[in-house]
Amino acid sequence: MIKAILIFNNHGKPRLSKFYQPYSEDTQQQIIRETFHLVSKRDENVCNFLEGGLLIGGSDNKLIYRHYATLYFVFCVDSSESELGILDLIQVFVETLDKCFENVCELDLIFHVDKVHNILAEMVMGGMVLETNMNEIVTQIDAQNKLEKSELDIFFFFFFFIYLYIQAGLAGAPARAVSAVKNMNLPEIPRNINIGDISIKVPNLPSFK
Amino acid sequence: MVLQSLKLPELIQEIRGAKTQAQEREVIQKECAHIRAAFREGDAPQRHRQLAKLLYVHMLGYPAHFGQMECLKLIASPRFTDKRVGYLGAMLLLDERQDAHLLITNSIKNDLSQGIQPVQGLALCTLSTMGSAEMCRDLASEVERLLLRPSPYIRKKAVLAAVHMIRKVPELSDIFLPPCTQLLHERHHGILLGTITLITELCEQSPAALTHFRQVVPQLVQILRTLVMSGYSAEHSVSGISDPFLQVQVLRLLRILGRNHEESSEAMNDMLAQVATNTDTSRNAGNAVLYETVLTIVDIRSASGLRVLAVNILGRFLLNSDKNIRYVALTSLLRLVQSDHSAVQRHRPTVVECLREPDASLSRRALELSLALVNSSNIRSMTQELQGFLISCPVDLRADCASGILLAAERFAPTKRWHIDTIMQVLTTAGAHVRDDAVANLTQLIGGAEELHAYSVRQLYSALAADISQQPLVQVAAWCIGEYGDLLLSGSCEETEPLQVQEEEVLTLLENVLQSHLSLPATRGFALTALMKLSTRFQGDNNRIRQIVSIYGSCLDIELQQRAVEYNALFRKYDHMRSAVLEKMPLVEHGESQDDEPREGKEEPWNPNKEVQSHPEPPASNLLDLLDLLDSANGDAPPSPALDLTPGDSLLHLLDFPSTAPTLAPIPGLKVFDREGLQMNLSFVRPPETPSLLLITATATNTSKSDVTHFVCQAAVPKSFQLQLQIPSGNTVPAQGGPPITQVLRVFNPSKAPLRMRLRLTYNHFGQSVQETFEVKDFPLETWQ
Repeated sequence: MIKAILIFNNHGKPRLSKFYQPYSEDTQQQIIRETFHLVSKRDENVCNFLEGGLLIGGSDNKLIYRHYATLYFVFCVDSSESELGILDLIQVFVETLDKCFENVCELDLIFHVDKVHNILAEMVMGGMVLETNMNEIVTQIDAQNKLEKSELDIFFFFFFFIYLYIQAGLAGAPARAVSAVKNMNLPEIPRNINIGDISIKVPNLPSFK
Repeated sequence: MVLQSLKLPELIQEIRGAKTQAQEREVIQKECAHIRAAFREGDAPQRHRQLAKLLYVHMLGYPAHFGQMECLKLIASPRFTDKRVGYLGAMLLLDERQDAHLLITNSIKNDLSQGIQPVQGLALCTLSTMGSAEMCRDLASEVERLLLRPSPYIRKKAVLAAVHMIRKVPELSDIFLPPCTQLLHERHHGILLGTITLITELCEQSPAALTHFRQVVPQLVQILRTLVMSGYSAEHSVSGISDPFLQVQVLRLLRILGRNHEESSEAMNDMLAQVATNTDTSRNAGNAVLYETVLTIVDIRSASGLRVLAVNILGRFLLNSDKNIRYVALTSLLRLVQSDHSAVQRHRPTVVECLREPDASLSRRALELSLALVNSSNIRSMTQELQGFLISCPVDLRADCASGILLAAERFAPTKRWHIDTIMQVLTTAGAHVRDDAVANLTQLIGGAEELHAYSVRQLYSALAADISQQPLVQVAAWCIGEYGDLLLSGSCEETEPLQVQEEEVLTLLENVLQSHLSLPATRGFALTALMKLSTRFQGDNNRIRQIVSIYGSCLDIELQQRAVEYNALFRKYDHMRSAVLEKMPLVEHGESQDDEPREGKEEPWNPNKEVQSHPEPPASNLLDLLDLLDSANGDAPPSPALDLTPGDSLLHLLDFPSTAPTLAPIPGLKVFDREGLQMNLSFVRPPETPSLLLITATATNTSKSDVTHFVCQAAVPKSFQLQLQIPSGNTVPAQGGPPITQVLRVFNPSKAPLRMRLRLTYNHFGQSVQETFEVKDFPLETWQ
């Protein structure tokens, strides 16, 4: 089984950390630091396998890592997993991230940690490999994101609609409001609304992607 | 609310903008305060944002436990957004050690039974990540129900959740065993993957399940066949191999099912051969499948042709340029080395080459494998390689390498001299990393190899002169110099270059060891005792030694002080005993490998006579006189040294072994000497509890008219025996049948060889000093059989 999945950058800052066995917070941070220490010492043309450190290690566990540009992807596994298979798994994971984020880079991981967690949860569950078919994973993620968006839309639509009406010439309207308006399928937005003495022009909102 | 605290992206920006650790901490602390306030206010719509921020902060290592209750509230909310963040928070913040985790059981139950598909998925995911034993028990029936739902998404998650539950609560395997066979018929790869993992877990847990699942072997083979033959399927293929993950899992399960079971092994033979030959190995995925196949072939009862194929594939892997492949090849060869030793031996040169790799993981594997491959025919070359590795290897491998070399040397050493050389070299290179008993082993070894005393002491002296920092080496060298210092001075030894050493140099070296700050207290003890022993071995003046010893009489280390004080006393008050006390040590008994069992199996039996006769005449030692005597007399193997005690040595009572009271069946005595009224009789006793022990009582009686004074009896026995002389009752036999002198000799005869003994008597009789030497050959049979 997979004991932990860690992603950190070349300076050791954690970008994602998921543990499949209970460790205290301190131990978790220590493991991240120790793993970074071990992995950063490795040369470029050595094998991708490391015998574990003192904490998460022990005789059974191995660290299998891959280095992509500025990020290290480290899987800590025990002897029941195939080492070469895990290497492939890391590759599939990164390719899936690439598909979901469109040319993924470190910034995407930094600002959308929760999304990365969701994608990972579709691939590895409870320390075991769940699904490796990229298309299935991406389909699921898209469906869930849509579900989330629709909830948000319904909720915020009302508030943001009012917000729009009381702001003048707002070119920087929030993207959510825009898509809320877009998805609303309004028959027609009156260009001039008279609320008492105030005359507001609803601007032609450009579409955000 | 949104205006006071930051949104998640903005928070992240601020944290990234912080230039120092302190600044980052400040930003985070401020934000955490806002979050706590927001939680207190109980603002429902924004809760998930606050928790998202908290989780980010948690990843960076800051405390986030106050968010645990919020996770519960979010999970209970009807909105998907809330649930998503809530479950994520539960997975990250809650685990089975917190009491709060049980509170989400109810929410999970509701979600599993009534939620929409994504929500069910979330619940199952959380359950399998942090579910504790109690939770698993409560929710088992829910998960079982979900196994039969039509949606493949839910089913695959349910199956994996079941694996987790079985790990936590093994009793639940009864519930999850029946659906497995049916689930194997699925087409969906995700479900198949999960099912095979479940079956693997069940089989590993209980042998009954293992027998039950042997019936699905044909089905598994069929699945594998479909995968291998189906050609290119864009969906599941990774670099051209169709679903390598599923293939690897199936192969692993086949391995478990086929182990030690003829029938199953036979059913899978063909398929394994097909996979082994048809897999494309240009990319990593293919190699992963091939590797798993090889492991399976090796583990089950496969046909011999198939085994040969497997070992050959491993050999090919070993030569592959990809380091990862070589690593897995080394790992699997290590597993093979027990069962197919000769097959693995063929790859020894490649393995040794991997030792020289700069890659630490590879060289560690290669080291383990090399140590397993050492046998009596390749010991010399392998030890050379391993010693080369020892010099250059990373520090954490040194201890393993050193102890591995020492163990291998002990098991397969061709000659004693080679063995001593090897140990010395290991101590010189990696002295700090050897095990504690290496020193004891080496001293034991040297002590036993008498012909090599001169050689060893010279080598050790040179090594010590070069470097006094390696503690084990220093300890052994000090001991050796102390014991055999006389051999060091004597000039040439045939095995090494002539080395001219002066007494003063030796003493200086030992003094340096004593005074060096690198020396451990134990080492100092060794050095002090060695100096003391040299006072009898060296001919020169003992003043320097006395000086050193008296200085250490006030040393702060208690052990050293005690030794120094005792040695001082020896110099001052008991000088006459000094030579006896500081005699050469007898051979220490070391379990089964006693020195007297000649190493017959080795290629070059050492020639003891030649070596011993190169010993020079030592000063004033009765013992060695006796040795010379025996050598020249019958060219026999030299006897083991006897403890010769001068009479009146009350101090040395302590060295005596307690003598057992003689009990048994009387053995006829033997008269061995009779001259001018002085007779010596031997009487024998063999205590029943130690059959190899013979107690001889030598009685000297005087029937003449003159007293016999200064009577000393010395004895020597052939090499296969061990002799101990106890203190005689006196050294005067008065005339006319006065009270005789009795002396007990203890002879150990483990090999039950015929007993022979040489006796030498020195005494004064009729005003003349007499020395008589004779051999006693005809001992009664009962004494040695």
